[in-house]
Amino acid sequence: MGKVLVITSGKGGVGKTTTTANLGTGLAAAGKKVCLVDTDIGLRNLDVVLGLENRIVYDLLDVVEGNCRLRQALIKDKNFGESLVLLPAAQTREKDAVTPQQMVDLMAQLREDYDFIILDSPAGIEHGFKNAIAGADAAIVVTTPEISAVRDADRIIGLLEAAELYDPQLIINRVRPDMVRKGDMMDINDIDDILAISILGVIPDDQDIIVSTNRGETVVTDKKSRPGQAYRNVVRRILGEDVPFMDLQERKVMHWFKKILSGEAQ
Amino acid sequence: MFEFISKLFGGSEGSKNKAKERLRLVLVHDRASLSPGLVEALEAELIQVISKYLEIDEEGLEVTFDEGDDSVALIANIPVKNVKRNI
Repeated sequence: MGKVLVITSGKGGVGKTTTTANLGTGLAAAGKKVCLVDTDIGLRNLDVVLGLENRIVYDLLDVVEGNCRLRQALIKDKNFGESLVLLPAAQTREKDAVTPQQMVDLMAQLREDYDFIILDSPAGIEHGFKNAIAGADAAIVVTTPEISAVRDADRIIGLLEAAELYDPQLIINRVRPDMVRKGDMMDINDIDDILAISILGVIPDDQDIIVSTNRGETVVTDKKSRPGQAYRNVVRRILGEDVPFMDLQERKVMHWFKKILSGEAQ
Repeated sequence: MFEFISKLFGGSEGSKNKAKERLRLVLVHDRASLSPGLVEALEAELIQVISKYLEIDEEGLEVTFDEGDDSVALIANIPVKNVKRNI
């Protein structure tokens, strides 16, 4: 029986979709069968982040309304084929076109065939969020180290617990080691002090993410990428390994040295 | 002296401490705000419990939350009509 994880945040633009794509790809690379579900009806994006936007025929609503069979709507990933599939969201419908019960039923079907089902939740705390969490076994909350995002994460943690999704875990995204060093950005310890939640990972801010997203690729399989390494660590933690947090400061210096040595820094 | 050293090393002078402080405050308020339904349910149960011991004016009952700088207090104003002596 597969496990259903929901990736959520409250605030928009903190990297839920990028996180969903990277964790899904990372789990597939670790040999798991993974289904990614975009629940952001009307504002789908997981398809473009994965570079699968041209392959969509059917979507989540077609499945729920019985216009097609589940298998017909699942899009195979470019690199992992059957081991990594996407169920895209409908683009031209309202969020309330799906009910929480329909999501619970859909998850029951997907659990039969996949080890992990990862739901990309829409921003906000309304209907779409409730749909996304309805069939989930566990939640991962994504935040950035900014006041507004952490505040919304706190609110989401409360709502998840009210919905009986206990012990959500936190991913702190877009950490800038240079700003942390100067004391101008909250780090993992600061956020740990404030939020009552265990931390699953810290992802450094890096242009690799933008470059790979431009290409419709994920960084998690890029051995040289720092955020890629951070996502790989998160994947190992999800699989039950005890992996220490990356030392962002040290890596930054190493990265800088590498750049100088390769002549990039001129 | 200590402040001077921490300044020298750029320790606590960054803007993140301001952010932490503001975040702590805003979360105290966020976490204390209860939905109207919850407050109503709380009122109803308060009336039930207190009515066992005191005769109260249910219409005059008021439940509010007083938000201080870093704490929140539940304030219940319950007019008592009579003390039940048979308990």
